[in-house]
Amino acid sequence: MSDLVIAVRGLTRAYEMGAEVVHALRGVDLEIRRNEYVAIMGPSGSGKSTLMNMIGCLDTPSGGEYWLSGQEVSRMADDALARVRNKEIGFVFQTFNLLPRATALHNVELPLVYAGVSARERRARGEEALGRVGLTDRMHHRPNELSGGQRQRVAIARALVNRPSILLADEPTGNLDSTTSEEIMRVFADLHREGQTVVMVTHEPDIAAHAERVVVLRDGRVASDVRHQPIAA
Amino acid sequence: MALQTIRAQKLKSFFSLIGVLIGVMFLIAVVSIVQGMNVYMEDQFANRLIGLNTFQLRQMPDFTMGNVTREMWMSWRRRPRISYSDADYIKARVTTPATFAMYCADREPLAYNGKMAKDIALVGTEDTYFKIKNYEVVSGRAFSPQEVRAAAPVLVLGDLVAEKLFAGQDPLGKEVLIHGLPYRVIGVVAKQGNLFGLSMDKFAVMPYTAPARRYICPINILDEVDIQTAGPTQMQAAMAEVEALMRARRGLKPAQENNFHLQTAEGALEGWKKISKILFMALPGLVAISLVVGGIVIMNIMLMAVSERTREIGIRKALGARRRDILAQFIVESATLSTVGAALGIAFGIALAFIVRALSPLPAAVAPWSIGVGVGLGILVGMVAGVYPASRASRLDPIDALRAE
Repeated sequence: MSDLVIAVRGLTRAYEMGAEVVHALRGVDLEIRRNEYVAIMGPSGSGKSTLMNMIGCLDTPSGGEYWLSGQEVSRMADDALARVRNKEIGFVFQTFNLLPRATALHNVELPLVYAGVSARERRARGEEALGRVGLTDRMHHRPNELSGGQRQRVAIARALVNRPSILLADEPTGNLDSTTSEEIMRVFADLHREGQTVVMVTHEPDIAAHAERVVVLRDGRVASDVRHQPIAA
Repeated sequence: MALQTIRAQKLKSFFSLIGVLIGVMFLIAVVSIVQGMNVYMEDQFANRLIGLNTFQLRQMPDFTMGNVTREMWMSWRRRPRISYSDADYIKARVTTPATFAMYCADREPLAYNGKMAKDIALVGTEDTYFKIKNYEVVSGRAFSPQEVRAAAPVLVLGDLVAEKLFAGQDPLGKEVLIHGLPYRVIGVVAKQGNLFGLSMDKFAVMPYTAPARRYICPINILDEVDIQTAGPTQMQAAMAEVEALMRARRGLKPAQENNFHLQTAEGALEGWKKISKILFMALPGLVAISLVVGGIVIMNIMLMAVSERTREIGIRKALGARRRDILAQFIVESATLSTVGAALGIAFGIALAFIVRALSPLPAAVAPWSIGVGVGLGILVGMVAGVYPASRASRLDPIDALRAE
C-alpha cells in the first residue's frame, strides 16, 4: 500500500459554460503505484486533459478524492497546490513551455527557485539534471538555439530536478518528428528503468505502446485499463 | 531575473522609465534652481544692491515685492523726506561705530564730445559711498572729503559708462557734460557684472554737493542715508539707535508708526522669500503630477507585460510558483524599472542644474535631500503601480495561462 503514488476515487469535474454544465469527468477511479509507466489515452472530449490537470494539481475536482503520495490533494488551497506541484510533480508539455529568454540551465533551475534552494545548490542540481538527459554541452544555450528534441530534453531535466514522485507528460512527442519522438521515448524508458514513475497522456497508440499500462478514457470514465509488455524503445 | 526581463524589453521599459525620469528630474532641477536663486538673492542681490551689514534710512522702501496697497503707497508718499539735517543729526548722535553716506540718485544723460550715454544712474553721495558699496576704483581715484565739501565737479564712472563714452580712450581728466554742466572724470570703478541680466556698471558717482545735484534731488533733500556697520549685531544696534533718534527728532508718540523706513537686505528679500516659499509649496504638486503620470504609464506597461507573459506565468505556476512569488516578481520588476528611471532622473536633473548654472548667473546647487526624496518616490511609484498588474498576474489560472499563446 505504501507504494501507491496516485489514488483517485470517484473523481468528477463539471464546468459551467454559460447556462450549460459540461461534465468532463463523471467518476474516475484510478490507482498508480511507484515505478509504473502509465499511458492515458482517449479521443478528444474524453476527459483525458481534465484528468491530467487533476493529477498535475493544476485543477481541483468537483467531487471525489485525489490522494497523491499519501496527501489528500483534492481539498487543498492554491498555495498548497503550488507546493505539491513543485515537490511532487514534474511536468513535460507538448509545447515544451520553456522560458524563451532564459538559458537551458536557468530553465532547469526554475523549480528549485520556488523550492527555496540556494543558488549554489541550484546550479549543481541543474547541471546534474541536464547531464542525465545528455545536454551538458548545451547548458548555456537558449531554447531558440536548440532543436525540438533538445528542448524537450531540457523540459525533462526541469521536470526531474526536484526529484518528483511522478513525471507527468502531456503529449510529449506531439510537436516532434518520429525520430526525435523515439529519442524522447528512450529517455522516458531509461528514467522508468531507474525507478521513476511516469504518467503520459497521448492520443498516439505508437507512443502509448512504450508504456507498460494503458488507461483509456471515454466520456469521462475509465473505459479500459490494460497492462502489457512495453515495446522496447 | 527582473533585470533580464527588462533588458529583453528595452523599448517598453524605456517608455515606462520616462514617466518617473521626468518627475524626478524636475524635482531635482527645480529644487536646485530655487535654492540657487535663494543663494543668489542673498549673496548677490542684497549685498550688492544694499551693501554688506548695511541699512538705509529712507522715506519709503524702494524694493517692494508682494502686497503694497495703494493706500500704503499713498501714506508713504505723504511722509516727510530725509533731509541733510536729518543725516547730520544722526551722524552726530549714533554711538555704534558706523560709516555713513548721504545718497541721492536719478537717471540722467551724460555727454562727451558729441556722444551721449542716456539713462545713467547719477549718484550724488559722499566719499564713504565707495567703501560701503565695495567699489574698487581701478583707474584714477575716488573723490575726497575735501572735494565733497568744496562741491567739486568731479565724476567717477561705472565701467560701462566709461566704455560707452570713451571706447578705449583713457577717460581720466576728460570733461563730461551733465545737462551742459562740465564734470572732470577722475576715476573708473571695476566692472560689477550683471544682476538679473541688468548691467551693474551703468552709473556715475559725484559729490552730493556738486552743481548737478539739482537734477537728481530737491535742495537739502536726500533719497537715503546709507549706514554700514562692522557686523550683523552692530547693525541691529545701529538700527535701534537710528530708529529712536528719528522718532524723537520727528516727535512721534509711542502709538504712532514710524514715518520713515529702515531698509535692510533682509527686508528687501522678504518679497523674494515669499516667492520662493510659494515655489517650494507648488513643487510637490508638480512633481506629484508627473509621478502619477509616470506611475500610470508603468502600470499600463506592466499590465501589457502580464497579458503578453501569461504563458510564462502559467509555466512558473505549474513549476510551483505561489501567488506571492508571482506577485513579488512583477512588483520587483516595476520597482526596478522605476528605480532605474529615478536614477536617470537624478542624473538628468543634476545635468539640468549644471546647465542652468553654466548658462545663467544662478549658482544652482543640488540639494542632497532632493536626491533621497527622488529615489524614494521612484521606488514607491514603481511598487504602487506594480501592485495591481502583479495581483492580476498572480491570480491567473495556471491551466488557462498555459493554454495562452
